[in-house]
Amino acid sequence: MSNESLVSSGEANEHGYRPFTLGGFHFDRDEHFVHITWPTGRHEAAIEPFLKALMRDVAWNFFYGTVNFDAVIGTLNHYGNVDLFAGRFNQAYREAELDHTENFPHDEIKATFEAMLGDWVNESFDPFAAPQETGSAYGLKSGANTAAVTRTRIAANRMVGLPDDEPLRSDESGYPVNRMFADVDQTEPHVEVVPGFESEVSAFNFFAYLSRSDVTWNPSVVSVCRDSLFCPTTEEFILPIIHGNDRVEWFVQLSDEIVWEVEDRDTGKPRAKVIMKAGDCAAMPADIRHQGFSPKRSMLLVWENNSSELPGQIARGEAPVVPVRF
Amino acid sequence: MTRAGGVGTGRPSGAPKKTPADECIWNRVQQVVRWVQHPHVRNIDKGGVPLSKYTTVFGSLDHFEKGGVEVINDDPKNYVFSNMFEVAKGSKPWEKVAVAKNQEYVLEAIRAEGTSEWRVTPHDEFALVVDGEVVIELLAPTAPLVDPGASGSRAVKGEPEGSPMGTVTAGRGHMTLLPAGRCYRMSAAKPSVVLLQTIEGPDTILRWADICQKF
Repeated sequence: MSNESLVSSGEANEHGYRPFTLGGFHFDRDEHFVHITWPTGRHEAAIEPFLKALMRDVAWNFFYGTVNFDAVIGTLNHYGNVDLFAGRFNQAYREAELDHTENFPHDEIKATFEAMLGDWVNESFDPFAAPQETGSAYGLKSGANTAAVTRTRIAANRMVGLPDDEPLRSDESGYPVNRMFADVDQTEPHVEVVPGFESEVSAFNFFAYLSRSDVTWNPSVVSVCRDSLFCPTTEEFILPIIHGNDRVEWFVQLSDEIVWEVEDRDTGKPRAKVIMKAGDCAAMPADIRHQGFSPKRSMLLVWENNSSELPGQIARGEAPVVPVRF
Repeated sequence: MTRAGGVGTGRPSGAPKKTPADECIWNRVQQVVRWVQHPHVRNIDKGGVPLSKYTTVFGSLDHFEKGGVEVINDDPKNYVFSNMFEVAKGSKPWEKVAVAKNQEYVLEAIRAEGTSEWRVTPHDEFALVVDGEVVIELLAPTAPLVDPGASGSRAVKGEPEGSPMGTVTAGRGHMTLLPAGRCYRMSAAKPSVVLLQTIEGPDTILRWADICQKF
């Protein structure tokens, strides 16, 4: 699954897991924890939330901005190379000068993280699944779940369901309706097409498509209007990372409810709680970090601007922090 | 201390102004109310048997509950918080009111009621029906009606000449492609709501101060 030539690893320990090294960072796991060391410190974290965060970081290709695994460890995407940091966005670590950051080529850090997932995720655990839909991440090494950790992120070129684009989901294709969306209407729209326009006259049941998602907190691209991407996702339990924005993104709550804890991106000081119910629309400013809590599986439309101009604007400090002023 | 505004807290609009201490108490009460209203908690009260059925809550013009921004140390306007059903409820038929904007891109909440004008779009747009039922007619114009480099759809005067492409009858949760360079017209027998993924155009209405939480 990964480019092993870029991965620095060793022999499996007494728990069955291989250690990994990235520059000055060293990663070990045992039955319960990941142990991370770097030249100025160390950090321990429960292995299950760590693997869930690692999974998102890899699947999202380090995403837009900062992916905080917790209050200490995370990555910062520079779109081509990636910072791995400890304590960089933690005021106490910075003031104690215990924070540490190293920059890696994208392919090197991705290959290492992929190899870590491949070795550390046991057969019964799916890091993308809701807590009640998967086994435990804990314990001695027990097989692998390659299919789960190598899922391809769905990204439509134009719109899901069009000819030659991403297919719809169905029982037959391995996407049953999720237990918490059993009441979602599965009726498809009525489409009458004049012959010759089959590639343009198209519609699908967006809510039914989402009700069949087999992952949580993992947006997929469903429709594309130039650089405007509709990235809906289904959410249950807690967003496994704390996303630090480098650009404005938008949330549109399509069903049920999510509560977002919003903190200052750099210091972690609380700024707001955003309670979103069906029909609510809210921006996440470019200078915050956020984590969502979804009591019931809900449908969230994440709306992103994927403009290739944005990384340059961000680097020059020209990207807007808030989408509009009024 | 929380300085949450009235939006989304469920406070009666006619209630007298509260002191900061009242605000704190009010927010705590609302938190408790939200908790005890949660299906899991309600079920525990009935004997603690796990729920076997879940109810997915969607919004509509007739029934929606709005959340809100509970401020700790921030300006709620930074979150540009609104509710698309509330916006559509206060809109005229077919008004294209932006409820989200990211540089040139927008999401528009459209109250669909009766029959719209014909419009032509220079780029793909996507219409997601979030309440009701909307019939969408598509037409390939005989001659180009819009610069393909333009942004946002344009109204077409009268009936455009061209070839019918087809018709979509879309209910709640259905997404329809409105293809680049093509014309479309929508109709809804009953008030419905469309969320449109598009680019800000000449008919996009920006009225953030009217629709968003300010305090």
